[in-house]
Amino acid sequence: MAKLAKTANDDGLTRRLDKIAADAKPVETADIAAVVDAVMQTLSGDVSAGEFHLYHEIEEIADYIQSAKREIAAIRPDEIREHYIPSATDELDAIVDATAEATGTILDSAEALEQLAGELPAEMAEKLRTLSTRIFEACNFQDVTGQRITKVVRALKHIEHKVDAVLAAFGEGHGQKPEKPEKPVEETPADADDESKLLNGPQLAENANNQDDIDALFASLK
Amino acid sequence: MAVDMNMNVLIVDDYKTMLRIIRNLLKQLGFENVDEATDGGSALMKLRDRNYGLVISDWNMEPMTGLQLLKEVRADNKLKAVPFVMITAESKTENVVAAKAAGVTNYIVKPFNAATLKQKLTAIFGDF
Repeated sequence: MAKLAKTANDDGLTRRLDKIAADAKPVETADIAAVVDAVMQTLSGDVSAGEFHLYHEIEEIADYIQSAKREIAAIRPDEIREHYIPSATDELDAIVDATAEATGTILDSAEALEQLAGELPAEMAEKLRTLSTRIFEACNFQDVTGQRITKVVRALKHIEHKVDAVLAAFGEGHGQKPEKPEKPVEETPADADDESKLLNGPQLAENANNQDDIDALFASLK
Repeated sequence: MAVDMNMNVLIVDDYKTMLRIIRNLLKQLGFENVDEATDGGSALMKLRDRNYGLVISDWNMEPMTGLQLLKEVRADNKLKAVPFVMITAESKTENVVAAKAAGVTNYIVKPFNAATLKQKLTAIFGDF
């Protein structure tokens, strides 16, 4: 690259770049344009081909940033954060409540069958108890699905945090910044024993140890 | 040795549905004296207040988890011999290893069935 001629403007330009870096904020396009102008002002006399290429590169970067900002604004990340994610978590909470209520009703019926069994002949009572046992076992689903939904809600909150980060990176005018950013999910502090790593909830069937696997593992441990 | 079916059993889970399911399954097995707690902290208070012959606990609870409860139980001279069964959806190998290291008596993964519960209790108390 051709070496630029040093002028009296160099010190001012350096100060300006230092100030932008010190602010630790996303660099605004206007700032980049101002820097480009300042760079051009430092060029005295003829502009070499290399210098012209540098200017062109910086101009392209500024255009790219402007374009990215427009595209992100079009996605409306503020809507994702303020409407879609809260709405999705509310719906999931409603699912948990509805299944809990339905499971309660099913358990009421199973317990009534148990009571009824006590009034029936032994053979009939045994059949009824077997059926109620199956109902109790099947109702396990409510706990496991509840935990799975909790995992999904946690993932949505993680996405919400990432959207906040995008909004913050591109500054005002592209959706509201969070007043007080929440800690990202993965940064939740672990306790002294770091037990948080052991709280993963239900695994998908293909990844999970079943009871036989666990029994074998348990037996192998001293 | 015959199993004392009148022993107090403490079941611990933050899902009321699960407490109800486990209580009913224990009742079908013949355990009538079943008490409940919805987190590790309240379970520990009950354990220190009354004699229990068995604890069946979930893992993933707040503020005190089932693993923390287990560690408290095993660290308490009066409670350390109480059989402690973990019933949990946490099925990773590291969970089983951690629970075993903390002194769990047996480990059941959710969703579970009545036969598994009976099998684990038989392993602890003998046939009943």
